[in-house]
Parts: sequence; structure tokens; C-alpha cells
Amino acid sequence: MSKKVKTLFDKIYDKHVVESRDASPDVFYIDRHFIHEVTSPQAFDGLRKKGLTVARPKQTIATADHNVPTLNQHLPIKEMLSRIQVETLTQNCKEFGIDLYGLGHENQGIVHVIGPELGITQPGMTIVCGDSHTSTHGAFGSIAFGIGTSEVEQVLATQCVLQSKPKTMKIEINGALSEGVLSKDIILYIISKISAAGATGYFVEYCGTAISSLSMEARMTICNMSIEMGARGGLIAPDEITFEYLKGRSFAPKGEDWDKKMAYWSTLFSDPGASFDKVINFDAADIEPMITYGTNPGMGIGISHAIPTDDGTGEIDKAMSYMNLSSGENLEGQQIDYVFIGSCTNSRIEDLRLVADFVKDKRKADNVEVWIVPGSKKVEAQAIEEGLDQIFLKAGFELRQPGCSACLAMNEDKVPAGKYCVSTSNRNFEGRQGPGSRTFLASPLTAAAAAVTGKITDVRKLLKNTTYAV
Amino acid sequence: MPFDKFIDTAVPLPATNVDTDQIIPARFLKATTREGFGKNLFRDWRYDNEGNEKSDFVLNQSIFSGSILVTGKNFGCGSSREHAAWALSDYGFKVVISTFFADIFKNNALNNGILPIVADAVTMSKIFKAIEIDPTTKIEIDLPNERWSFDRETYSFEINAFKKECLIKGYNNMDYLVSKKGPIEKFEQEHIYC
Repeated sequence: MSKKVKTLFDKIYDKHVVESRDASPDVFYIDRHFIHEVTSPQAFDGLRKKGLTVARPKQTIATADHNVPTLNQHLPIKEMLSRIQVETLTQNCKEFGIDLYGLGHENQGIVHVIGPELGITQPGMTIVCGDSHTSTHGAFGSIAFGIGTSEVEQVLATQCVLQSKPKTMKIEINGALSEGVLSKDIILYIISKISAAGATGYFVEYCGTAISSLSMEARMTICNMSIEMGARGGLIAPDEITFEYLKGRSFAPKGEDWDKKMAYWSTLFSDPGASFDKVINFDAADIEPMITYGTNPGMGIGISHAIPTDDGTGEIDKAMSYMNLSSGENLEGQQIDYVFIGSCTNSRIEDLRLVADFVKDKRKADNVEVWIVPGSKKVEAQAIEEGLDQIFLKAGFELRQPGCSACLAMNEDKVPAGKYCVSTSNRNFEGRQGPGSRTFLASPLTAAAAAVTGKITDVRKLLKNTTYAV
Repeated sequence: MPFDKFIDTAVPLPATNVDTDQIIPARFLKATTREGFGKNLFRDWRYDNEGNEKSDFVLNQSIFSGSILVTGKNFGCGSSREHAAWALSDYGFKVVISTFFADIFKNNALNNGILPIVADAVTMSKIFKAIEIDPTTKIEIDLPNERWSFDRETYSFEINAFKKECLIKGYNNMDYLVSKKGPIEKFEQEHIYC
């Protein structure tokens, strides 16, 4: 008896198709739905106008993250529009019976940090959120992708979206990472090679020894930025590292239910010989600490390389003018003004530990302001319990309260116009960190090195004989 | 609103990788309604810090107008914010033509009555050239026949049959999904995560 050979993506996708008809997109079932204050109010409004209700309130989880201040969270939000948006979320959750981890709740945090850390995100699930970085959850071997507000409304009302099956891409990276190279460097490297549009229309599976050796936190960083190369999402087959991470978390299955889920989870891998629409291979040894120079995440280079020249499209020239940099220059030594360590890409406890370990007994440069924004209340509590807050304090780094913060600068955390920020976030678009701000995307280690020297720095030169886990 | 066949002029924006942060910056996402985003469309390209119009930006050049936006590849990349589609629609755009679109933006556009048309690079340079030579160049959009034309040449485009019908008749996905209540509930009975 021969069974059809399938990719991991196909296995999960096919299991969630409620109805498939030739002329229409598939009716696609959603297991978990995360919502936040920015992309949900118009969806709830739509439900009210149409006289609809939330079909499965227990499958939707809400938190306030995009708009929240990162200082004095116990006080009312000062900025009126942000306050109204957060209050609207609270009212909507109450009216429709949805659990909310709002400001002050011990589970509050960035939606893509809390889902995994609470064990809500599980292998083989379908997960959506009105946020493009929903791809993060793919690290657990789930199909997770961002949707617009109209679709948020549809999921609330029916627990389904209409979906046309995307193409599949396999990105395989084998070999060992060099010292000072983290998972953030892997994904920035991949995007720099295939461009900010290189995976549009595809769902990506990451595999190879350089991926399977990564921790869950590091895998989340990779999947998080799948959208930055245009991919609908990215996923990694679950393994012992995944199961070990999940075990014992609040919403993870327990007892018999765990065994039942494990039976399903253990089927979640791409069958040998499964065919992908596109396959790309990389060698981990080729990757050095990465830094972006331009205004999309595909504009990245290894730290020892020079900024490339324009390819005739005018895109690099335009970016150079915005960044006030020049093609042919090396970025090492470039003076900076801010360092932001946070966002759904790099704000987990492992990221904070890595930074603390590096800055222990060091101090930030005088010309730099350093913000560390933990991804969740739990990450914040853990950091304090481990004494990381004291290390940051001594180093002159400011440990703030959880939220999306300077990744998209919807709250007060803005980089001023013309200033340079080395950021562990995911987007270096014009004005992303505040109108006129100039962003260099990098790993937490490269960001920490820049904080200490006040300049863009090749972290490997500061690492003498220290080994850092990825 | 049903999408009829129409003829109009176009606004050229040849930039590539136009991300949703440029279409509508995050600081304007604080509204709790869908209305009024058009005034902040391309805000930081359109206005300086004091709120004065930047004369070099295409939306501020009166020779260019119309409900068709012609733009560079990978339009709408970045965030999933549907506010980008709301801003384009509120400003008056009904069609965006590019070599290709970011996936989430494309969905959001279609869900808001905006037609994204994918054209090849050669056609794109022709249309940019035509508008440059004559900003009053008329483009005909014929959704029922999946065709568009300018300068007496006609080009075809592809669109999912279901999405096309939704646009033409002004339907949305919600009605369709709600009608699937029976099959969805049946699916849930057997499903591992329900």
C-alpha cells in the first residue's frame, strides 16, 4: 500500500480543509486566533453591524501590545487614541466572551511571544492573527499567518478563512554556525540572498542541521521574519526540542491528552521524497553577523562587507539618500544613537540572557540610549528573577515593560528623525521606528556590541574565547 | 460596491517594494473605525514634518490624477494592516497595477473592492512611459473579461473566479463563510484541536 508522499505543510493544510471546490478558495479551519487592539476594533464593529456573534470564543486569545506604553503601565495610558483603542479591546472581549491578557495581567505581552510561552501554540495547528508576524508560530510546526481585519472578522464569526493553497518552498541550511552568529543572522542572510520579495506566494519550510540544532526561541526568530521575504509563512518540523519546550506550559496538553497529541505531532514532518515548488540550499559556514544598510529587510550584508552599489533600479540610491550613507562604504564604525532590543523577533528570555551575558561588567557608550523591552510580563519577571535587570542597570541599559514598542513606534518609544538605531526588530522601512528614523537591523549580540561601543561593531572582535549559544 | 467596467487616467508611482508603513504609517492606525484613512495615505512621502505638501511627490502633482495607481514590484509588502487598503480606497483608488503584490495586501485589497492587476515588466515600462509622455493617457479596466488596455493595446490579467464574482457583484467572503456553518460544525466534531 503506497501512501501519497506529502510535505509537512501539505499534511497540516489538508487536515484543516473543511470544504474544497474547484471554482472557490478552500474553506480553511483555524485552530487558534490571536487578536490585539490595533487590527480588531473594526472586526468587532462589523460583527455588531451584521448581527453576528463570535463562533468559538475559547479559540481566540486577546492581548494589548502594539499601542501600550513601556513605562508606568500601572497608570492610565496618557495618549488618548491609544487609550481608547486598548479600552475598546477590553470592552469587545467582555461583550463577546474572549479571554484577554490586558495591561497588568501576568500573561500580557507581545502576541507572538505569549502564544508560545503559554503553550497555546502547538504543532500541527492553524493559527492566524491580524499581524504579519504571526509566521513566528510556525517554529512549532504549525501553519501560522497574518490576516487583514476583514478576515479577523470572518474568523471571529466562523472560525474559518477562505484560502487558496500557496506554493511550497524548502530552505535547507546545513553546517555549524560560526562564533557570534545567531539565528537572526541566519534569517537576515537568507532574506539578503533571496530579496524582500523572494518568497512571495510561497509557504516556506526551514530545515537542515543548522535549523534543527536551534532552540525554540531561535527558531521563532527565523519563522518570524518569513514575511520579510514575502512568504505567507514559515514552519519548522517539530522534534524533541519542540516537545521539551511545550511540556508543562499552562495550555499545553496534559496526561492522556498529551499522548493523543504526541501521536499526531510525531507524524508532522515532510515525507522523504516530498516535492516542493522551490528548493534553496545554504551553508551555515558562509554566514557572518549581519547588518542591514537600507530600507527593506532584504538590504542586508555581512558585517565585513561594503554596501553594494545600485543595480540600476534606483532602489539602493533611494535608500542611501534616506539613510544618509553611501554605496561602497563599510558600516563597521558607523556612529549610532539608539539601540533597541525587543519586538516579536528578539525579546524572549534567551535574547535577554544573551545580551546580559555579553554586557556583564561592561557599560554602554555615552552617545547611545539603550532600550530593552521584554516580550512579555513573564519574560520581564524571569529576567528580574535571574538578576538580569541588575546587569542592565549597571550597564546603563533601560529595562522597560512589555510591548511592541520601538519596533513600530505606535507608542511613545520613537527614534527621532535623522537618528540611527541598531534594532533587533524585523523592519527597517522608512519611518518605521518614528518619522525620519534610520534603522539597522541586527542580532541581539550585534545590538549589544553597538550599545557598548556606540558604533556598528563586528561582535566577533569582542568575543574572545567566549562561546554563545544560538 | 459593485465593480463595473470603466475608463480612467492613472497615477504613476514607480518605486519598488512600497511597504504598508509608507502607504499608511503606524501612528495613524489608532482609529477604531474604517473611515478617513485617505488623508494620511503615503503621509510621509506626501507631507513634510510641518504638514506642507512635498511638491516632488506624485499625489501632489495636479497633472496626475485618476483612480488607477501604477506602481513598482512587490507593492504592499510588510504589515498585514488592512488600513493600507482602506487608505487607498478612501483616497479614491479602485485599481493598482504592478508586476506583483505582497500576498496579504492583495487579499486585503480584494476584500475592499480594490482590483490588483499583475502585469509583466515590459508592459509596466510601457505604461509608465505612456503616462510620462501624456498624463491624460486613458486606461480601460474590463474586469468581466479580465482585460485592461491603453494606447490601443489590450492586455489580459488573471483573477480567481470566486474573487472576481465577489468584486463584480459587491459580495464579501463573510456571506459565503456564514453559509458554510453546517460543514464547519461537522468538521469540528472530528477535529483534533476542537
